Amino acid sequence: MAEQRTHKVNRSLGGNIASFAFLLVLAGFMALPLAYVISTAFKPIDELFLYPPRFFVRNPTLDNFASLLVLMGESWVPFTRYVFNTLFVTTAGTVGHVVLASMAAFALAKHEFRGRNLMFSTIVLTLMFSGAVTQVPSYLILSRLNLIDTPLSIIIPAIQASLGLYLMRQFMTTVPDSLLESARIDGAREFRVFWSIAMPAVKPAWLTLVILTVQALWNNTSPYIYKEQLKSLPQALSQILAGGIARAGTGSAVAFLMLLVPLGAFILTQTQVIETMTTSGIKE
Amino acid sequence: MRKGMAMMRSRPILEYLRKHRAPYLLLAPYLLLFLVFTVLPVLSSMVLSLTYYNVLEAPRFIFWENYRRLLLNDEVFLIAVRNTFVFAFLTGPVSYTACLLLAWLIHDLRQGLRSVLTVVFYAPSISGAVYMIWAVMFSGDAYGYINSFLVRLGLLRDPVAWLEDPRTMLGVIILVSIWLSLGTSFLAFVAGLKGVDRDQYEAGAIDGIRNRWQELWYITLPNIRPQLMFGAVIQITAALAVADVSVNLAGFPSVDYGAHTIVTHIMDYGILRFDMGYASAIATILFLAMVGLNKLVQRLLSKVGT
Repeated sequence: MAEQRTHKVNRSLGGNIASFAFLLVLAGFMALPLAYVISTAFKPIDELFLYPPRFFVRNPTLDNFASLLVLMGESWVPFTRYVFNTLFVTTAGTVGHVVLASMAAFALAKHEFRGRNLMFSTIVLTLMFSGAVTQVPSYLILSRLNLIDTPLSIIIPAIQASLGLYLMRQFMTTVPDSLLESARIDGAREFRVFWSIAMPAVKPAWLTLVILTVQALWNNTSPYIYKEQLKSLPQALSQILAGGIARAGTGSAVAFLMLLVPLGAFILTQTQVIETMTTSGIKE
Repeated sequence: MRKGMAMMRSRPILEYLRKHRAPYLLLAPYLLLFLVFTVLPVLSSMVLSLTYYNVLEAPRFIFWENYRRLLLNDEVFLIAVRNTFVFAFLTGPVSYTACLLLAWLIHDLRQGLRSVLTVVFYAPSISGAVYMIWAVMFSGDAYGYINSFLVRLGLLRDPVAWLEDPRTMLGVIILVSIWLSLGTSFLAFVAGLKGVDRDQYEAGAIDGIRNRWQELWYITLPNIRPQLMFGAVIQITAALAVADVSVNLAGFPSVDYGAHTIVTHIMDYGILRFDMGYASAIATILFLAMVGLNKLVQRLLSKVGT
């Protein structure tokens, strides 16, 4: 693993110590709120009301998780419904985005056709403004298509997110043409070339698209959903947290459980995500 | 060029499409959704900004009236612009520098430690609603951790209502946003640094580069310029779109509009008042500001290391 070794030229011991100390302080700042959530999720009720407030738990308990189960049983809409809603939207949106954006990225990276450059520069342009800019017309279009208050109002916009297409297109350009050509000589149709040759070769990139979409949809709180039965897990979480300090323990328990999915997914795929980002650059 | 276009009658176009149908077919499903949910909204926002439209009646053209009202008669918009720019010019550069600096510092570490710190720095940006915990930290009563801590240290006599006081709320939102901002750009920088050829550093040392800062400017940064460009786009866009953190921590609308931003101004007119034409005019100005600032920064970044 020679390439994993760091280079040693132009480094002083003092500088190394200073930069390591700096990193530790900032890591503390970044980790503290998350540590607080995890710690609070295990606090018994008397520690939640303590004055002056204490940051870390002293007598950890699973009470908050137990009362979460009670709360789940009592809620008007079964709590499993929120879990299902979030799982459904996350899965459908992620699969749709990865497949459609990768097909488009393959065309943009590996085919010559009229309009290709226009399409790609439009994609780069859309990275330069956020969805907030288009929220008014987006609402009007969704309502014209009768999609307001349906899961599709979350899924479809997520499928056509441009960041994923951009990252995938950049990574696709590194796939050698010879690999694709040999499949074409064998008579494979272009979709088969895409699906069976190109996609396995860009596994880091599609894993990255999966991670980015899961993160976005798992935490999604759509403004276009009004029916209680269609609300998402994060929306249920904010309702629990609105119960004030008495619910702080239960709220932290939910927040802790919700955090496990995106964080776990990233930890498992970190190497591939970083590999994908190597080609993320914009060339002048 | 024009001659070529004139000669392309419908038949050659069909012929061209038939011969090149593979890329068009692969592109089509995505393109359809992209046109309807990204391109159409941008264009219709520009058109709607020239109309009065309350959803119930058909849009009525009033041309520049929305822009005139916005720029000359809307004091709250000016507050929103000021807040957004204060916010963007603090969080944007700070978070961009932090992404780069941290990626650069952890690059010198061993593989295992580097992976752990990457997760620690990246985790807040993917933690969803967990940032609401900052509301507990900055809670206005003596139960708030920050207040409790500062009172015990003797730095404060009375608890500060951080999120209710218009003088402090923007500061808290800036802090929380920086905490949330080590996202995609940070990963792009981590990856970019990994891709720099090590031989260049050794060659640089022979050529007279004496310390890590010279090395950063003359070797590292020029090598990762494409990632620097990409990261800038992501950070600028996010910085100007600030809204969620403001709404969830300071409320909507915030006290005395202390945390009102351009995006919350769009929400005010689009969602609450149903004045879609006016909201679109605000959105169009934001669109131009985002794209304009991005293009400007791209031009500056192309000079890095020269």
